[in-house]
Amino acid sequence: MAGVPLIAGAEARAAVAWREGRAIDAAQFLADVAQLAALLPTCGHVLNVCADRYRFAIGLAAALLRAQVTLLPPDQTPQTVRRLREFAADAYVLADDAGAEIDLPRIGVPAEPAPRPATFNVPSIPHDQLCAIVFTSGSTGAPVPNRKHWGTLVRSVRGALERWGLAGARAAILGTVPPQHMYGFESTVLAALAGGGALCAERPFFADDICAALARLPRPRVLVTAPLHLRTLLEDVPRPPAADLLLCATAPLDAELAALAEARFGAGLLEIYGCTETGQMATRRTARELAWRTLPGIRVELRGAHAWASGGHVEQPTALGDVLEPLAPERFLLHGRVSDMVNIAGKRSSLAHLEAQLRTIDGVTDGVFYMPEDDAAGGVTRLAAFVVAPGLAREALLAALRQRIDAAFLPRPLVLLERLPRAPSGKLPRAALRALARAHGVRSGS
Amino acid sequence: MASIPVSAQFAPAADPALIEELAALITTELNLDVQPADIAPEAPLYGEGLGLDSIDILELALVISRRYGVRLRSDHEDNTVIFASLSHLARFIAQNRTK
Repeated sequence: MAGVPLIAGAEARAAVAWREGRAIDAAQFLADVAQLAALLPTCGHVLNVCADRYRFAIGLAAALLRAQVTLLPPDQTPQTVRRLREFAADAYVLADDAGAEIDLPRIGVPAEPAPRPATFNVPSIPHDQLCAIVFTSGSTGAPVPNRKHWGTLVRSVRGALERWGLAGARAAILGTVPPQHMYGFESTVLAALAGGGALCAERPFFADDICAALARLPRPRVLVTAPLHLRTLLEDVPRPPAADLLLCATAPLDAELAALAEARFGAGLLEIYGCTETGQMATRRTARELAWRTLPGIRVELRGAHAWASGGHVEQPTALGDVLEPLAPERFLLHGRVSDMVNIAGKRSSLAHLEAQLRTIDGVTDGVFYMPEDDAAGGVTRLAAFVVAPGLAREALLAALRQRIDAAFLPRPLVLLERLPRAPSGKLPRAALRALARAHGVRSGS
Repeated sequence: MASIPVSAQFAPAADPALIEELAALITTELNLDVQPADIAPEAPLYGEGLGLDSIDILELALVISRRYGVRLRSDHEDNTVIFASLSHLARFIAQNRTK
């Protein structure tokens, strides 16, 4: 079986990661991976919740060596973990300091580095080996699995690194986004392993943390971030450290903010478009162009009302959850989301999924989530919910929701009503919801 | 945001005026579905308490930096304490404010 090396083009002494300004080289990485692989139980599925990006990466690599599949759900609520157990009864959790509350057998990643071996052999992973299953929240309440094979992921990341202009540059990659979601998974973890970069172990949170972590890295260095992180940083820090490339994804970025980021960091900013189903599939230089350019080999086309992507690393033709206007097979404009999809500061779900979760709560007889019209210049717009739950207290309802959906989607406000303004057909007209929202002071942005 | 170190529990009482000001700032800036006076000064700001999440904390950090000149860092030794409650946040700001 043809294979692809676990790490691309690395000499034993080449940096594959950075921690607190110190390099972790390829030989050390492989030793850490082998040490962890020997500790893993004989199971097929692993939920890797490590917050530390280096530990996440050695967990992913160790699972690959043991031919185990890494599960990447959209959140870690108790309800999602229950669903994962139904999906894969043998699943266990691989964790560092994070994820203590998850109800699965637990393996801790050793904090100490493994002894360095005398020899340096980079293992090869078969092209068609299932590497990860990334779940989307779907519309029925059950997470929808998206299977990612090693060869496909490697192809996608190699195409991306060429687009970044950093193929073979061993660029240092700092991420403010988690390694468990598709964007961070590809653009930090896989870009380091399969793309020949070096990932930063820390995941900085506040603006000053991000600047300090960036300043510690050698150049060329890449900042992988999201609009919320970028905006709060730029509003707070007049002179951030220089970077060589900025990547931004998860939610739309406006051209003005992109231009400001380019000027302050002295680097080009590439916005990445993708979804869990396809992975990253296009980029644009947001400060300078409106149209997106697909990654190598990917084409977009309209079929009826929906835009589809195919070719390149997109294994199956895939319907996209956004409204696209193709200009050419490799160029398109993006006109926002299909109305059922919601994106709160980069976290995605669908109204149908959230409402399915709401209806599983005992005592809820009817309910709807509502996304206010988004007129916010920068501020994060939250969902509202209108719920009929006679006899259920607000706090109890919120606590039950918190068990089922990511905190970003918890409604603000949660309005309890005696009944919803349903039309005789049973439908909830958008205008009626809008009126309800106005009556209850629902605002967008902040 | 788990346990609160003993040292913080015995810290001097927070200024009620600053607590009131912060409660108003938080509800306005974060667009919360709650009246400032209804935020219990000792209730957790994260999760089960006021229900703030990491998105809010980033927005709040920006507001605090602008308004009080207080810079937040994850590696600050009191970091788990700062957002433990409104009164903890008020105490931290009172001790570190430059504006």
